[in-house]
Amino acid sequence: MNVLKRRFIDQIWVMLGREPKKPEVIAERAVKAHELKRMTNKADLQATKEHMRAHQEVSHKWRNRRWATLIAVNLLFVVSFYFDIQILEGSLSASRFIGFHLIDLNSALQVMLAHKHIINNLVIGTGTVLVLWILFGGRAFCSWVCPYHLLAEWAEKLHVWLAAKKLVTDQPIDRRMRTAFWLVFGVLAFATGYTVFEAISPTGILSRALIYGAGLALLWVLALLVFEVFFVRRAWCRYACPIGLTYGVVGIFSPLRVKYKLDGCFHEGDCRKVCLVPHVLDTVIKGRAVDVEVPIGPDCTRCGLCVDVCPTGSLTFDVKGLSKLL
Amino acid sequence: MSETADQAAAKAPAKPPLSKERRQQARRRFLRSLLLTGGVFGAALSGYLPLVYAKKQRLRPPGALDEKDFLASCIKCGQCVQVCPVAAIKLADLVDGFGVGAPYIDAREQACDFSCDAVQCILACPTGALTYKKPEYMAVRPGAKLATKPVLLAKEKDAEPTLNMAERIGVARLTRPESCLAIQGKGFKGPARGTQFEGLLRYMDVDRWKPIKVADHPYDTALCDLCVQACPIKGAISIETVFAPDGSQRKSPVVHEPCVGCGACEMICPTEPASIEIIPGEGWRASA
Repeated sequence: MNVLKRRFIDQIWVMLGREPKKPEVIAERAVKAHELKRMTNKADLQATKEHMRAHQEVSHKWRNRRWATLIAVNLLFVVSFYFDIQILEGSLSASRFIGFHLIDLNSALQVMLAHKHIINNLVIGTGTVLVLWILFGGRAFCSWVCPYHLLAEWAEKLHVWLAAKKLVTDQPIDRRMRTAFWLVFGVLAFATGYTVFEAISPTGILSRALIYGAGLALLWVLALLVFEVFFVRRAWCRYACPIGLTYGVVGIFSPLRVKYKLDGCFHEGDCRKVCLVPHVLDTVIKGRAVDVEVPIGPDCTRCGLCVDVCPTGSLTFDVKGLSKLL
Repeated sequence: MSETADQAAAKAPAKPPLSKERRQQARRRFLRSLLLTGGVFGAALSGYLPLVYAKKQRLRPPGALDEKDFLASCIKCGQCVQVCPVAAIKLADLVDGFGVGAPYIDAREQACDFSCDAVQCILACPTGALTYKKPEYMAVRPGAKLATKPVLLAKEKDAEPTLNMAERIGVARLTRPESCLAIQGKGFKGPARGTQFEGLLRYMDVDRWKPIKVADHPYDTALCDLCVQACPIKGAISIETVFAPDGSQRKSPVVHEPCVGCGACEMICPTEPASIEIIPGEGWRASA
């Protein structure tokens, strides 16, 4: 089997919770590249790295674009209702964009499981959103749209700052838990006939709070954020949220992803430090890349933090096929 | 052949013993996982509490499926909230368990008065939780089915005067006859709910298309019939002469079969608390 195909399948398992391992088979040209790096004189390498660092421009290009998009989308919901301009009606769980039905995939799944009856509008809305996120890359929903993501990102900054002062430590949780949550909430919806997950979905709660006004349900969101600041970094998005897994699955065949180029990489690991899902970046570890160019797996939220932080430009956004075409 | 258990154990590729630190880390990690799992499921299943305590049922928007089906199919997007011209529909909060984000109507604060003319909340619903026509396999609550499509008084003279509603969402009942002004033979003068009341109602003689504040529309009647005046449905309520147990005659509001349960009567009722109320999800009973 082709090394990239093998990695493609492997990355699906990694998304479901398996820890990434050292690859068994590596393409010939990648082996050569790894070897070349090993043979480079240490002092030379250090000098090159320092030179790179000295000239590095700290960029927040993708982060700024992403925050702007996230805020704009959520604001459009609010403005549409507040000024009754009917551009984007509803909330993140289901809405109408200039009349077109858009329905959140995970909410639709929960409703279908609980209700066991499917009506046309639900199918139409789900189909539209499915196509949208296959194009834009599954979990891009998380980092480019979900309002909880933004709050959690700020909470994460606080956590990292506290951790640097040794006031808190992040100790990870088993990632298989998210898959377990996904299954259990599916079963609960089907068995009880209540959309149990919707009652605690911080995405839904926040979206409704923004549009229709705050409620007590925000206390749950606050509790999650406090847990993330003081105990487990990005706990909800990393280890719990079934919405993330649903969109992750959608992103498996997405043409839009981050691409890793082995040649220029110094394996310093800055990207893994800023990443929400560092297990997708295992390929940047010295000796792990299975080819000279490796697409990042479906659990990646396409947030672009790694693209911003990489001093060598080894991580870039890429549209499958398009770069070949150009 | 004659190996002891100890020797066998020694030969097995035993895992290297974990350091004390590692063991502690593993234990802490397990505890944290447990904490998150417990927290998430605790929060999720706390949604059952309001159900267990059999909290009073909420009045759902027109066209709502029966409570259980409604909660299963509602995607909690609030599109019904957005189309309502009098903002009668609100979204439930944490205390409503699995109903968090599900729409309801607090008729006393703001009733549905069908100012939209066409039950637009049903039109807005993307999942069929509010529906014009219930799927055939779903049972109809006894007494929920309306005998005929309700005629909206506001468009009585239109080519199509009816509302597209097949079932009622509740029924109005004179729950406190002792406080009802009509039964006491009293009239009413002034704004129905005081000058501070924010509720809106469509008054055909004021503006066919724009509901105004109830507070801006004072009444003056010799015998209180505000519930009848406010009712948007034809033939749903009237003041009738009834006989008291002692044989004396008196006037009383009487609810009739076309009542859809919109709650306009409950909102307008000038007594505190309201003498007439909507019983959510209740069916029509001929004797009632």
